[in-house]
Amino acid sequence: MGSAVRLVVLSALGLFILMPYIWMVSASLKPTDEIFRASLTLIPETFAAAENFGRVFARVPVVDYLVNGVIVCGGILFFQLLFAVPAGYALAKLRFAGREFVFGAVMLGLLVPPHVPALPLYAGLSALGWLNTFGALIVPSTISVFAIFLFRQFFKSLPDELIHAARIDGMSELAIVWRVILPNALPAATAFAIFSVVAHWNDLFWPLIVVTGHERATPALGVLYFRTEEAGDDFGALMAACAIMTAPLVLAFLVAQRRFVEGIATTGLKG
Amino acid sequence: MRRGETLAGWLLTLPAALAFLALLLLPTVAAVTLAFTDYELGEWPPNWIGTENFQEMWTDRGFRTSFRNTVVYVAIVAPLSVLGGLGLALLIESAARGRAFFRAVFFLPVVSLTVAMAAAWQYLLHPTIGPVNALLRVFGIAGPTWLSGSDTVLISLAFIGVWEAVGFNMVLFMAGLTAIPKELREAAAVDGARTAWDRFRLVTWPLLGPTTLFVVTISLIRSVRVFDTVAVLTRGGPNKASEVLLYTMYTEGFTYLRLGYSAAITLVFLVIVLGLMLLQTRVMDRRVHYG
Repeated sequence: MGSAVRLVVLSALGLFILMPYIWMVSASLKPTDEIFRASLTLIPETFAAAENFGRVFARVPVVDYLVNGVIVCGGILFFQLLFAVPAGYALAKLRFAGREFVFGAVMLGLLVPPHVPALPLYAGLSALGWLNTFGALIVPSTISVFAIFLFRQFFKSLPDELIHAARIDGMSELAIVWRVILPNALPAATAFAIFSVVAHWNDLFWPLIVVTGHERATPALGVLYFRTEEAGDDFGALMAACAIMTAPLVLAFLVAQRRFVEGIATTGLKG
Repeated sequence: MRRGETLAGWLLTLPAALAFLALLLLPTVAAVTLAFTDYELGEWPPNWIGTENFQEMWTDRGFRTSFRNTVVYVAIVAPLSVLGGLGLALLIESAARGRAFFRAVFFLPVVSLTVAMAAAWQYLLHPTIGPVNALLRVFGIAGPTWLSGSDTVLISLAFIGVWEAVGFNMVLFMAGLTAIPKELREAAAVDGARTAWDRFRLVTWPLLGPTTLFVVTISLIRSVRVFDTVAVLTRGGPNKASEVLLYTMYTEGFTYLRLGYSAAITLVFLVIVLGLMLLQTRVMDRRVHYG
């Protein structure tokens, strides 16, 4: 294949991938009657962006959804790192009785998809009266065996001299974890952070289980609510809502494209 | 130092170990146990009913449909997204320019809110006002009803699934491709592998084996987990034509609150996922021995 042909093929396929984005934005700018005419022009004759986006903001608490998404993703990531970084360090660099056992448990945990413990967790949270709280959204995801595994692999490659020097300086093991190891593990931490945020920002399964109502709804749940309760055939407003909820991660991706791709590629093994 | 090291090791793993126990191990064991009970939310204690849930599943038309739909969905999405991902990776690798640009374009669905993109596809595929059918009408073709027809709904969902997964697989294949030294392909060219196809067949494909195995497994597992698009767009309908495993598990457990039966479906799901992982290690071992 000549390189010109290749470029044409790639462009055609790329355009196909972008199709839903293009039409989503186009519909979010069109008045309802133009959408219903089903014409194939992308640019609206009369712009109705203000009306469409206005309807979204008037009918559902969009800002709440986004803030909830940030709180949930941030909370999950914080605890995941809090648990996984020290454990990863201990498994990689310390010799202690039971280490192999702990590592075995981590490997076993890697085999279990998050959908499996969902039912008992739901029953437990329900019994505690925690449904519809940030706690219910955050707590079940705070332990990531995958993060422990990832950090253990990464820390193993860090030179022992780094740790010995810190010990000679009189640092405690905990101080070593946060002040020596983590700063040296930023590539792994960034990769994991991207993986984690993408996974939880986009997750629908768990929020759908533990949240009812708008107050604690995440962006994914927000779109679902808007579609079923408000939009009906109002595709202009629906597409506007979709664009708003998709934008934060997509923009972050466009800014830090390389990091995103590397982050997902190195952590892809999780699935 | 040794004793201090042991203590430090335990203390540093303790928070993770407790969270692991409370949030992963115990709930997983509980889910497996619940599968053999008639537990319904609010009715404590549940009765031990042995394999009754599984017997019910076996005769439950709803579950059978759901299982069959999941198999069909996986059978479409996994091969297409693997081949598509490989094709895109090869195309982009050999492209003279615009690599980063195209990689970003094809990767975009991976970072996009699935629920929102599903809604966008619903608009695109809308039988009357959707641009896809509008385009077909231009050519005088009456388009299908896509997501609202019981014959086409599963294929439409699978199509969205491929659209979403192909960029992910592409990135994994690209990582695999960069690990193959360029010299090998050049050496093959010198040795008489003249066409690009020959070089792919003789050098790239065999060396890409481990990557391919990995991508195949992960694609299978990810497509068995299909949930979001079904929950947003079809809710298993019309007429159960798009009922899939996790969605059935969800409705049984969280709509009808039959947690025991739902746990049994979860167990089936877990066994499938574990089976796929086992298959991967088996194939990998064989490759090492005979490869």
